[in-house]
Amino acid sequence: MKKIEAIIREEKLESVKNLLEALGYHGMTITEVSGRGRQKGIPLKWGSKEYRLDFLPKLKIEVVVMDEDVSPAVNAIVRGARTGEMGDGKIFIIPIEDAVRVRTGDSGTAAV
Amino acid sequence: MPINAADTAWVLISAAMVMLMTPGVAFFYGGMVRRKNYLSTLMMSFITLGLIGLLWVIYGYSLCFGADKWGIIGGLNFFGLQGVGQTPSTVYANTIPQLAFAAFQMMFAVITVALITGAVVERIKFSSLLVFSALWFTLVYCPVAHWVWGAGGWLNKMGFLDFAGGTVVHITAGVSALALAIILGPRKGYHEGERMDPSNIPMVLLGAGILWFGWFGFNAGSALTSGGLASSAFMTTYIAGAAGAVTWMILGWCYQRPSVLGVATGAVAGLATITPAAGYVQPIIGIPIGIAASLIGFYCMAFRSKKTRIDESLDVWAVHGMGGTFGTLAAGFFASLAINAGGRNGLFYGHSAQVLIQLAGIASVWAFAFAMTWGLGKLVDITMGLRVSPTEESVGLDISQHGERAYGGWMR
Repeated sequence: MKKIEAIIREEKLESVKNLLEALGYHGMTITEVSGRGRQKGIPLKWGSKEYRLDFLPKLKIEVVVMDEDVSPAVNAIVRGARTGEMGDGKIFIIPIEDAVRVRTGDSGTAAV
Repeated sequence: MPINAADTAWVLISAAMVMLMTPGVAFFYGGMVRRKNYLSTLMMSFITLGLIGLLWVIYGYSLCFGADKWGIIGGLNFFGLQGVGQTPSTVYANTIPQLAFAAFQMMFAVITVALITGAVVERIKFSSLLVFSALWFTLVYCPVAHWVWGAGGWLNKMGFLDFAGGTVVHITAGVSALALAIILGPRKGYHEGERMDPSNIPMVLLGAGILWFGWFGFNAGSALTSGGLASSAFMTTYIAGAAGAVTWMILGWCYQRPSVLGVATGAVAGLATITPAAGYVQPIIGIPIGIAASLIGFYCMAFRSKKTRIDESLDVWAVHGMGGTFGTLAAGFFASLAINAGGRNGLFYGHSAQVLIQLAGIASVWAFAFAMTWGLGKLVDITMGLRVSPTEESVGLDISQHGERAYGGWMR
């Protein structure tokens, strides 16, 4: 069981969600986050002054899947979120020890 | 004529009410854009209170209401408000100080420029918008205001009816919005199905509420006296706003849900549409005009978004342009000398030619506003560029144009 944590552009949520849904991954959690990557934000010009905007608004999507589903789900997110420009985001894959469904008390695979 | 204290008080209060409509437009539009462009959208409207107000007192009032030149523009005899003082004008509103008239008219010029900005939100470069606004005010608003309201203006002489600006304000703003949106192109992601959800619908409703309140100054104030005509226009205005709001609610219900955004838009559609007719028609005629306003606005909006690729983002054309057009035409049918002895009779009162006069005025102002805006927009685009860079657009105009965020400081 793995958690996929993807930081994406805000405007790419719809396309990522639709691609994940098409593969049957319905459950996900979205958080509004601010962050920066290796480029330390983006340079902007105000008149002649250079300015660096270092934290940019992004969305974090969290999806928990079975081990064998990691690669198709990650592919879907990459396809949905990519523009080819800097700032497309990053995906982290984290092992999950267990999961519990609150309504039934089911745990493990059955709870995901 | 001597100054009438009641008339003066009413027109000054009306001017202040119309002034408040510009922040009203700011919130009405601001709440409809994405959060990253909230401040920039507010700013586009709000700054017109400064920029256009200054241009108005320097030369705008004179171009609109100065001594007529060939029926198309006012002269510069009121340049810098010289000769505009505490005594009434001999030509306009002769029971109130000319300064009160000039102040009242100033608020109309300010809000008209603010209305256009709804078409270009989320992507226009602020500096370019300022230059465009100044040019547009000078070369579109001032001439049209003179044609319609200036003594000697060619439409005025023809007997064209526009009580409070359905043509001068709403047609010019709506048609120009359409032209400018076409030149500017769609927002990034507009055709790619990116979500462009409104950031704050409560603010849209607040803005609509302020507009509705201010509209009594706009329409009833346009009587320029405080008596029966102002009262008639006041009631007519309210009725059309109410009919517009209820009709849009029902339309929303037919297709989905009665949305708050829809009701706010419907009220504004009703109010914009009654504007040219408010002081010429029987108050109860506000009902059919208000209903028609929302039907026209709703379906024009649907047409614009579904059948064209034009991203006229906040539908200034559908609501104000088409509303102003229909209202101006309706005045040609429903106007009655029994309501306003200074007006004319419309088709239903035995003067069918009035409809043709209204159509001639509508067609000329449409053509003039569209062509001029096209030219001015292209000029600004070629010289300084109308759009922000793609990066600035992604980041949002609040940060890229103004260096501020609407909420939560730097980190939002």
